[in-house]
Amino acid sequence: MLALHDIHWSTPEGVPILKGLDLEIGDRGLAVITGPNGGGKTTLAKLVAGLIHPDSGRILLDGEDITDLDVTERARKGISYAFQQPVRFKGLTVRDLLCLGSGRQLDEKDVCSLLSKVGLCAKDYKDREVNASLSGGEIKRIEIASVLARQSRLVIFDEPEAGIDLWSFNGLIEAFEEMKRSHDASEVIISHQERILAVADRIIVVEGGKVVKDGPREEVLPTLATISPCPMGRDAITGVRL
Amino acid sequence: MSTRDELLDLISDWKKIKKEGCAHNIRENGKSVERLSTDEIEITPKADGSGLDIHVKAGVKGKKVAIPACVTAADIDDLVYNDFFIAEGADVTIIAGCGIHVHNGEAARHSGIHRFFLAPHSKVLYLEKHVGTGGTRDTKRVIDPVTEVTLGEGSTLEMDTSQIGGVDETRRVTRGSLASGARLIVKEHLLTEGVEKASTDFEITLEGDDSAVDLVSRSVARGHSSQSYRSVITGKARCTGHSECDAIITEEGRVSASPALNAESQDASLIHEAAIGKIAGEQIMKLRTFGLSEEEAEQKIIEGFLR
Repeated sequence: MLALHDIHWSTPEGVPILKGLDLEIGDRGLAVITGPNGGGKTTLAKLVAGLIHPDSGRILLDGEDITDLDVTERARKGISYAFQQPVRFKGLTVRDLLCLGSGRQLDEKDVCSLLSKVGLCAKDYKDREVNASLSGGEIKRIEIASVLARQSRLVIFDEPEAGIDLWSFNGLIEAFEEMKRSHDASEVIISHQERILAVADRIIVVEGGKVVKDGPREEVLPTLATISPCPMGRDAITGVRL
Repeated sequence: MSTRDELLDLISDWKKIKKEGCAHNIRENGKSVERLSTDEIEITPKADGSGLDIHVKAGVKGKKVAIPACVTAADIDDLVYNDFFIAEGADVTIIAGCGIHVHNGEAARHSGIHRFFLAPHSKVLYLEKHVGTGGTRDTKRVIDPVTEVTLGEGSTLEMDTSQIGGVDETRRVTRGSLASGARLIVKEHLLTEGVEKASTDFEITLEGDDSAVDLVSRSVARGHSSQSYRSVITGKARCTGHSECDAIITEEGRVSASPALNAESQDASLIHEAAIGKIAGEQIMKLRTFGLSEEEAEQKIIEGFLR
């Protein structure tokens, strides 16, 4: 479905982040992109979503060159992106955000279903404003629910585990697995977290601006110790216990 | 549909109010054109003809009274004094507001002076909408509302006021005095466009122990419009006061905010907040990841902000 060819991107200050990255993502399945901090994972996710554009290289969706399409056009072609740092809105409610995400008016049952997937009780949250009164964990879960609402064909989650407590995290893992089972879509998750890596169909390691490893989970996961000396049961890359 | 009915629809849920048989008075071009009192709510004209006295009887609960006004002709300068007397224990909704319709090059003004006297332990939800329609060039639609509230012991007044566009100039004044245990909650929503001008001016005095005021103003200044916000909360007892002015500016819009607090008791707890700025780029970007264009995203953000 998605192909990135020889992608280069540097910061406005001229620091190269992606250095000739090549990657293909299929129509279905759950791919986790992992790797050391600063390796270019989030940059890659933003490039796919159209939030930023490459200095050179091409991005193809079903063979169509979408390199120059902006974020709105890419969203309309079925690419969704869950922000690592979710955005807050004064005045927009959780229900508003989910409706905007889905592109239609959602009924009570739909709102409930989406929020329960991320471990939130609809009754307590649907009419709350997506503002500073929500905790980091709450807003993160709402961000993920808004992306789930879109039912896009390619969904990118940028470090969805950040700021989420363990109980909610369990629900999140279930949501990813449920998407994998029931939704005709391809999920791409940027993550360091071992339990997310454990549900991946495919693991892609990005380091130094390039893909350095790419294969089925069973093959790649055992090799991650070569990137990080930390034992499994912790963050697979950084060694931070989560 | 007549211009009057169109304006009434914009400023109040008029058809529903009539269908429910609520007490009401409709004012058009400076004259009362329709009035209904009920057993619980009596609307009577003042002896000098300057406006209305609205009496809500003690203990009345769940009832509505509507007094919308509209100006549908040019060169009208309408000034009206309406006094609301809410007896002890009553709990009602009051719907007011004004719409002005003029053509290009025409002017009209409506000044509504509303005074509220809430008896102990009464409760009022006050909904007020202002709008201008018609011409888009060289118009001067002016709405200058003055709201004076005297809240008795343990009473609550919740005001939800909005100006939803088309008013060329407005000066919105609210004055209030709160006795012990009284609560005043004000939510203001203001949109100015083109070269419109709006000023909001609150002066609230917390006289009694455990009185509380919460003023929240959200506004959007578009085009070359300008707004000013001033609030003064004075705490004379053990009380809490909060004032919040949030404004979004787009294009060449301008907003100034001057919140002030006067603590005249060491037990007064007063807070003010003011935030003015353009729509954050990340908010636009987030909604664009939902497939909205930049313009659609901005509109949704503003709609939500002003709701």
